[in-house]
Amino acid sequence: MRPSTRLALLLGWLGYMLVPWYLPEGFDLAGYPFGRAGTALALAISGAAPWLWPIGIVLLAATPLALRAESSRSGPALIAAGLFGLLAFFAQGFAVTLPGQGIPWLAALLGGAGAAQPGMGFGALLTLVSLLLLLCHGLAYRGLCRGDLFTTSTIGIVVMLIGLFILLPVATILRSALVDAAGGWALGEFADRLLSPTIWGLGCVGGGIACGVAWNTLVLGVLTGVLTTLLGLACALLVLRTAMPGKRLMRAMTVLPIITPPFVIGLALILLFGRSGVVTGLMSEWFGIPRSRWIYGLPGVLLAQVLAFAPIAFLVLMGVVQGIAPSLEEASQTLGARHWQTFRSVTWPLLRPGLANAFLLGFVESLADFGNPLVLGGNFEVLSTKIFFAVVGAAHNQGMAAVLSIVLLVFTLGAFWLQQRWLGSKSYTTVSGKGDAGIPAKLPTVVTVLSAMVIIPWVVLTAVIYAVILIGGFVKTMGRDHTPTLEHYRTGFAVDFSHGLFFEGAAWPSLFTTLKVAAISAPLTALIGLLTAYLLTRQRFVGRQLLEFATMLSFAIPGTVLGVAYILAFNVPPIEITGTGLILVLAFVFRNMPVGIRSGIAGLAQIDKSLDEASTTLRARSFTTLRRVVLPLLKPALVAALIYSFVRSITSVSAVIFLVSAEYNLSTAYIVGRVEAGEFGLAIAYSSVLIVVMAAGIALIQLSVGERKLGRRPVALATSAAEPAS
Amino acid sequence: MPKSAMPKSGPASVEFSHVSMRYGPVTAVDDVSFTIHAGELVTLLGPSGCGKTTTLRMIAGLEIASEGQILIGGKDVTRLSAADRDVSMVFQSYALFPHMTVLENAAYGPTVKGLGKAQAEAMALEKLALVGLKGFEKRYPSELSGGQQQRVAVARALVLEPQVLLFDEPLSNLDAKLRRRVRQEIRELQQSLKLTVAYVTHDQEEALAVSDRIIVMSNAKIAQQGSPRELYEAPANSFVADFIGDANLVEVTIEAVHEGQAQVSLGPLRLTLPARGLPPGPAKAAIRPHGIMLGDGLAGTVRKSSYLGDHVEMIVATPIGELFVISRQTDEIPAEGAAIKLSFAQQNIALVR
Repeated sequence: MRPSTRLALLLGWLGYMLVPWYLPEGFDLAGYPFGRAGTALALAISGAAPWLWPIGIVLLAATPLALRAESSRSGPALIAAGLFGLLAFFAQGFAVTLPGQGIPWLAALLGGAGAAQPGMGFGALLTLVSLLLLLCHGLAYRGLCRGDLFTTSTIGIVVMLIGLFILLPVATILRSALVDAAGGWALGEFADRLLSPTIWGLGCVGGGIACGVAWNTLVLGVLTGVLTTLLGLACALLVLRTAMPGKRLMRAMTVLPIITPPFVIGLALILLFGRSGVVTGLMSEWFGIPRSRWIYGLPGVLLAQVLAFAPIAFLVLMGVVQGIAPSLEEASQTLGARHWQTFRSVTWPLLRPGLANAFLLGFVESLADFGNPLVLGGNFEVLSTKIFFAVVGAAHNQGMAAVLSIVLLVFTLGAFWLQQRWLGSKSYTTVSGKGDAGIPAKLPTVVTVLSAMVIIPWVVLTAVIYAVILIGGFVKTMGRDHTPTLEHYRTGFAVDFSHGLFFEGAAWPSLFTTLKVAAISAPLTALIGLLTAYLLTRQRFVGRQLLEFATMLSFAIPGTVLGVAYILAFNVPPIEITGTGLILVLAFVFRNMPVGIRSGIAGLAQIDKSLDEASTTLRARSFTTLRRVVLPLLKPALVAALIYSFVRSITSVSAVIFLVSAEYNLSTAYIVGRVEAGEFGLAIAYSSVLIVVMAAGIALIQLSVGERKLGRRPVALATSAAEPAS
Repeated sequence: MPKSAMPKSGPASVEFSHVSMRYGPVTAVDDVSFTIHAGELVTLLGPSGCGKTTTLRMIAGLEIASEGQILIGGKDVTRLSAADRDVSMVFQSYALFPHMTVLENAAYGPTVKGLGKAQAEAMALEKLALVGLKGFEKRYPSELSGGQQQRVAVARALVLEPQVLLFDEPLSNLDAKLRRRVRQEIRELQQSLKLTVAYVTHDQEEALAVSDRIIVMSNAKIAQQGSPRELYEAPANSFVADFIGDANLVEVTIEAVHEGQAQVSLGPLRLTLPARGLPPGPAKAAIRPHGIMLGDGLAGTVRKSSYLGDHVEMIVATPIGELFVISRQTDEIPAEGAAIKLSFAQQNIALVR
């Protein structure tokens, strides 16, 4: 056997014999190697956990195998050992959990009838990895993936991670929707909940009670999608097709949604248009318009979402408008069409798939948005907030939360499916490899005027909102008392130097936790994302499309659903990590993984596949190729993935609001808490601190990605004709 | 098993026996058998999509054959990955690592094999000198001309002294003049080092110029293999006749065959040609454009004529169909619509199936 296979087996023995099997409570090693901190071997021998025997037997059986030389039989033997070991591992993990839970008949079969065990720990983790590696190495010995150990192992690890931390939680949601508290099937109850009038009721059409949350969510999503698309289009046309001033500023606006925590816009809207807001006050003073609560409900949430997501549509549509080859419009003009005719018959049809794409993006963002409906919703409930209240509210109802999550998941997956299938086949790629020296057609005057009329109020409002966010923290009470003060910053971020350095402010613990968790999860996200991208684009293996689908699933899962799924799945053994910092790290890693995958795929698309092949024909194996050729060239994508996942971890609220605990609180959850308590000053001060922190992060991206361009050597003698004689 | 110290066995033969490559329902290479002898340069020639590049990549191990057996130096390598085969490749795009210098690129093979830096660089420098790139070691690929990049790619492939060297359309990114020179350099290098080379191209002139033997491929199969002269003078079928040099394919009737000579009626003309195993009956004749002369014989009308300096190209309508004619008589050019008469040089006509 190759040395790495022996190493994998050694890892398994280490986990089984030496490292505590279960998750320790505060690194308390009392009683080692027995009891809570016991090793699997000791627990199995002492009879405390007989269900751990099969795993040990598999390791024992694999040992002589690994010591012998490689033969044609070692592949199948290793596959059998790995498979059986994994089976034994998961069987005991899911069968023996808390008293009265798990799978009783399987537990009895394994010799643990009526027994219980805590969540798996580091020993179990090491053994699991070892068994997985044995299986993957066995497959490689059989000739899978051209016999490359590294490739099969990576595939195995990525598949296991996606299975455990995406598919398992989603499956748990489905299960808890279909099963009642006692563990029996409850299909009738499920159907009742799924079809309940609180979800699908149409009362508001007749002018009576409120409509169901599903309709609220859909109406809000469609309106947000349409409005953001129109705004984005107007903006893209003005920036790219006219000599409008302030273009750089408009482009800078596209960065805003990345660094703005999602509920901050809603917060600013309250400070402006709430009952005691600045604008409301002025209106009632000057024109006698009575103060009202109109901002709470559909209008407010819609306004906040449009302001928050329009820059995303702008970014998408800018790409689409740029992608229309000017020569097509020039062709139309040389055939005698006027500006307006060209726009209507050539430009507009070419834009249509891009518009649909932007619409779906806005729709999905609106569906997944949690912060703005929470802050501004009032009595207007959408699925994401309803899920939240079903979990944390007075009427604690896990089954209901699961059903609502399924409805939301179906909506987002549907939109996502449309985007992939329908648009994928319809989009017109008009950018070819050939140079296109044409000049884009001028925009018809009507379109220009219309666009400008839409854009100017939007830009002004956005500017006002960010001004409120930045100023709001420095005045006593926005809207009532505009006396300048540093009080809010003092409450949040005071530092006491009187006896050494002491972070006195109330916001420090959550900020430090946020930064720490983000800093830990960002490299993991980038690593897993880039590895997955590498497997998806550069390797061919059975089940590649299935893996692709699973990663796409993680693109489409709304944060609220992921959050609920995580508490449902990881609240009990075998993986019992609710309330720890670990669950936050995992939630961030798998929520942001799409970012890593996307930037990895984009980066890899720029690296010619023949470079990998050249490396392979020069006798380099996959790992060497990855390390010496692909990674150095992928550095910009790596940096981008790192920083974007770092920033997204900081702004994320929907996924983690369920997962934070008193010990591990996060900035966004803390701010939402301040908003609910009516402490707007501190909330807005904290928000602007976050925005500044993240703007610095984005600046870092621009700097490091720009650096690569500077580092590229000038193409001095690129033309072959200039070759000197030698 | 990784081979840390592979015994150098020098150039080796490549043998394909009944090799096929399928991607789902698509068959890229269909039951192909051939042998490349040690020290020989063999070209895989054919139009795009004929399976020649897939064949080359199967020699390299970048594609694993669906069926059949591949031997290199008499050893079965069918299931071996590219990293385990003693084969190097020069890519169409050169595939030079842009983040490494010329020297680092050339030393990549021995470096990843685990040889020390000093030894790897010494080996790289030797081969760089061989391709005439002494003094360019510190440059990056983007600082080199296309021709120089091509030589770096060749040097990098040579450093491990592979049993077989592969070229995938190595000249397609060079301009016409440079192409001629570089292909001569490749041929000289191959002959002086006695390398086994498999060379893919779609350019028949390039193939004729460099090859010991040519394998013509069409629709995933081998259409014909042989020396350049055999392919040109005795094409096995109309595809090869048309692909190797231009040819007018004309329907003819073989009247009788006597001692290997066929009596052929070509419109009103009667010719005696080598029968090449064809029985009496309908057949095709491949007539090279420069084998048709203005003179006495078949009557025709000039449809188009263009003056190209040292020769004149004409399309002439005749009773046996439109013929493409290359004439060296440039002093007097027949005008369009002129009536002319054509005669045929018999050594430039081949009967094909």
